[in-house]
Amino acid sequence: MQPLLSMTGVEKAFNGATALAGASLEILPGEVHALIGQNGAGKSTLIKILTGVYRRDAGQVLFRGAPARIAGPREAQEAGIATIYQELNLVPLRSVTENMIMGYEPKRLGVFIDWREAHRRAREILMRFGIDIDVRAPLGSYSTAIQQLVAIARAVSLDARLVIMDEPTSSLDASEIEVLFGVVRGLRAAGVSVLYVSHFLDELFAICDRVTTMRDGRTVDCRPIAGATKLDLIGAMLGRDTAEIAADGMTEFGGGAARQGEILLRAEGVATGPRLSRLDLTLHRGEIVGLGGLLGSGRTEAARALFGEDPVTAGAIRLKDAPSAPATPAQAIARGIGFLSEDRKAEGIVPGMSVRENLTLALLPRLARNGQVDRARERALVQRFIDALGIKTADMEQPIRELSGGNQQKVLLARWLAIEPEVLILDEPTRGVDVGAKREIQAIIRDFVGQGHGVVLISSEFEELVEGADRIVVLNEGRTVTELANPGITEDRLVRALAHDRRVTA
Amino acid sequence: MMVQDLPAARPPRRAQWRKLARGNGGVAALIALLVFNALVTPNFLQLQTLFVNISQVATIAIVAMGMTLVIATGGIDLSVGAVMALAGALAPLIFQSALGTAYPGLGVAAAIVLPLLAAVACGLFNGVMVAVLRVQPIIATLILFISGRGIAQVLTNGNLQTFKNPAFSYLGTGKILGLPFQGWLALAIAVALFWVVTRTLFGRYVLAIGGNERAAHLAGGPVRRVKIGVYVICAALAGLAGLIVVAINSASDAARNGNLMELDAIAAAVVGGALLQGGRAPVFGAILGALIIQLVKYTLLANGVEDEVALIAKAAIILAAVYVQQTRKE
Amino acid sequence: MNADALDLRRYVAHSPQSAAVWLALAALVGFGLLRYENFGSAYNLTSFLNYNSMFIVISVGMCFVILTGGIDLSVGSVAAFTSVVAAYLSPYGIQVALPGAVLTGVGFGALNAFSIIVLRIPPFIATLAAMLAAKGGALVISGAQTISVDWTSNFTRMGMESAWNLLPWSIVIVAAVVLVLWIVIERTSLGRTVLAIGGSEDASVLMGLKVARAKAFVYMLSGGCAGIAGVILASGFGAGQPLEGIGWELSAIASVVVGGTLLTGGLGSVPATVAGALLLGLVFNILNFENGRGTISISAYWQMVIRGGFLFAVILFQARVTARRPGAGRPG
Repeated sequence: MQPLLSMTGVEKAFNGATALAGASLEILPGEVHALIGQNGAGKSTLIKILTGVYRRDAGQVLFRGAPARIAGPREAQEAGIATIYQELNLVPLRSVTENMIMGYEPKRLGVFIDWREAHRRAREILMRFGIDIDVRAPLGSYSTAIQQLVAIARAVSLDARLVIMDEPTSSLDASEIEVLFGVVRGLRAAGVSVLYVSHFLDELFAICDRVTTMRDGRTVDCRPIAGATKLDLIGAMLGRDTAEIAADGMTEFGGGAARQGEILLRAEGVATGPRLSRLDLTLHRGEIVGLGGLLGSGRTEAARALFGEDPVTAGAIRLKDAPSAPATPAQAIARGIGFLSEDRKAEGIVPGMSVRENLTLALLPRLARNGQVDRARERALVQRFIDALGIKTADMEQPIRELSGGNQQKVLLARWLAIEPEVLILDEPTRGVDVGAKREIQAIIRDFVGQGHGVVLISSEFEELVEGADRIVVLNEGRTVTELANPGITEDRLVRALAHDRRVTA
Repeated sequence: MMVQDLPAARPPRRAQWRKLARGNGGVAALIALLVFNALVTPNFLQLQTLFVNISQVATIAIVAMGMTLVIATGGIDLSVGAVMALAGALAPLIFQSALGTAYPGLGVAAAIVLPLLAAVACGLFNGVMVAVLRVQPIIATLILFISGRGIAQVLTNGNLQTFKNPAFSYLGTGKILGLPFQGWLALAIAVALFWVVTRTLFGRYVLAIGGNERAAHLAGGPVRRVKIGVYVICAALAGLAGLIVVAINSASDAARNGNLMELDAIAAAVVGGALLQGGRAPVFGAILGALIIQLVKYTLLANGVEDEVALIAKAAIILAAVYVQQTRKE
Repeated sequence: MNADALDLRRYVAHSPQSAAVWLALAALVGFGLLRYENFGSAYNLTSFLNYNSMFIVISVGMCFVILTGGIDLSVGSVAAFTSVVAAYLSPYGIQVALPGAVLTGVGFGALNAFSIIVLRIPPFIATLAAMLAAKGGALVISGAQTISVDWTSNFTRMGMESAWNLLPWSIVIVAAVVLVLWIVIERTSLGRTVLAIGGSEDASVLMGLKVARAKAFVYMLSGGCAGIAGVILASGFGAGQPLEGIGWELSAIASVVVGGTLLTGGLGSVPATVAGALLLGLVFNILNFENGRGTISISAYWQMVIRGGFLFAVILFQARVTARRPGAGRPG
């Protein structure tokens, strides 16, 4: 069978830094093809070359047997390549219909948009996906899942031969994922190919036919998914021997022994709004408590409530001795709580500021005397953290945006460690960092807990939770539903806990 | 979003070179202007010329420094010209009032303090609109931009207020060590603000908020207070500049005092190296920017180029400065 | 026009402010008719529309720019510049002066578009520079004098005479422009692209929309609208006015905002903008009548204060509404 798409020897560099060095990708008609790799492996760059966002430096791209000339998103669409980006490429303020037909509006007299026909068409296409909604309402008034399906529906309605899905399930719940999988199977049945990019390996086994693995800008592996194991894929991504991984464990945590001490933090029946209605959680000294749950289960909201960022509408949060909850982040910090946000770029780093200024941002009030920053103390402290955490930076005055993701994350961790907190709330502390930095960060967390402090850990990676946490508080639809304790937690048990509870509450 | 996996691989040394070139670009422009004038403009190298330029540039520089702080938080303040008019209109009203003429010393003191307080109130209004009600700065400050001058005109009934008050006029005509008082004042303010920006908690928060407001908030920074603070400082400095202009002229004209000053101030701040998206507060850069703008204006006027063409030149300077900034970012 | 607009309930639900503006407008007209004898007179109507037609057309141009999330501060100066151009062209008649002035305005718009799209300068700065340039340019080409128009040609008919003895030509032309632009925004791909850009420029690019083209269009349109206003100005006052236009951009922005258009773009309407412009104009018309009756005595200087107060009220309202809008995101 002639491949629908064949990319070979693709190279790309940005300002002299190599992003792709000999990447290839081959997709057959009607195939669901997975593309995996660590962050920075070059997946996104490869996709953006395919869709015309970037221009390749070298290599060949054949689409439907002919050299593809794709200079931009529009040409890609017209050639039959549609992309569903991670950040949705839709306009929430505008109606569902507009989002579906933009650029391809049905017209009268060649100029005037025929809205009646447009609405009808939009409704009809959505009905094929089993979605029956008011297409005139603003897209933003619907859930993320619906928005995602609208994006897919748009792609399909444009006669796409290849649909690229970049982390499509990252904001969907279990039932929505099932709907999405149904759509993907429908596409396959109709002879449309799907390029499926995902970090969630289980999904690949559920839906994909073949899988291509990238590492360091190269394609290192391509195989049918039937017969492959999870360990095979991880090994290919990391470039490590599978046996070694099996022996080592996936994370640097290793089973931490639960040495329960004094209670540091306790939340009872805490609610902040519709997305967090009942959080029950206790954190002891020397303990990592994981918050388990799918996206949208209220994990991040729980973290924000504990940190005083979202006002608590019911229930009580008690810190060690203080009877009341912190009302603002500043108060939380003053009482010894740190919060590492999941969104490093939007809520973490101040890109233009130096490593030094970023590192001491939360500590500033304590570094100041009469409103003036004590620079000598600041420099000494920053140097201590750079050395202790092994932060790779030219010097402490280097702008943080020039550091790699993992080192940025270490600076942010240091920002919180610097306030000498009792409690750290870590929301996805290892997201988007490479494998090496990930292990180092995990070691730092373990070390922190070892000093008798407490950590509330949120992670989408089950391995990290299962191996890292002493206990896992499982959240579902904004409520604490159960609690698992180590030793004895397995990924399997965690998944079952989530699944079971889902059935109970549904 | 589209450049997310561009590796951040610019070597730091090159960055420092650029930084250096960037800082010296403005200085080079200033030197070029000075050399050009020395060669071409008649009577340029005379003390009188220096005085004229210093007394003119001081007001622009004072307002531009306040603007630089606001821009550093990612904001903008369009109301500075109107605030100048308001403060300038209040001063003569106060020292020419019955009480002011009865107690001249007190009158002059009140004529400086009360207008500044009025300016601070304007700054509070702007700050609350931006920081608490979360209105875009352009729009929030547009309100006082429109009505501030209106209030000044209502207060004075649109009349030109002329006066003779040497004590008050010292603000605009006094000399220390032979140089205009307001020049020293601008310099003192610059030193103070430089200290604030580089050494204090407040300054660090200003830059952090401009660089990433969410991050500053989650790190416990008092975002609202700091933002209100910069608008208050900016308005207070504008009020001071308004008083100086009135003192120079020994007359207050609410219709003209500070007219188009917001443009000069923004231009000076940007030419001086302030980033419109926030995160940088080059205080002395603002003075440099003000000097360049003043000198361009002076150069054109002194060489017989019409006032109107100077406007076009100013437009070109603003565009060029922002364009350079824009390319630098990428 | 759009089927959406016909469904009144949906209209009110989606844009409460637009509905409020129409109501306020109706209430104010009713108030004026009941209270002042001459309010409904042909003279008042004519002079009111004649004067406000300039602001309506500028506001509608501004509305397009704001819908993309941009801003155009140059409109007042461009109107002043084009009024001078129109005055110079007036001997050749309106058929030459109008297109000439409009093209000049479009030229300034093209300049703005170039700065914004190609040089990637923020709209606020780019149009500020154009404002200075147009202001300086107007003074240069006029020698800082008002330029008297040719009274013998048909040029002054546009600002001084009525079509079919009914409505001033100025308002007829502006109404036609408004109608066309309404159709453009509601019924054409270009119009929908303008809205999509304001909603999310990144998404619009990824959807394959012609973003640069639409952005160039709105700035050139805004310049062209300022050109029309310039012609009305010159023909209504019998002279090109290089010093006019100060603060017009603010009136236009106020009208757009009062009409319920979201300042961040993506949501708004042409008719509501017209209503906003009329409402602002009417407030001053009514104040004039009150002054005339002697019940109050408000100097002209209060106008600016009141305009600012108006803007303040509307902004407060909009801040509340957008805070509640779904998908508006977290504040900050």
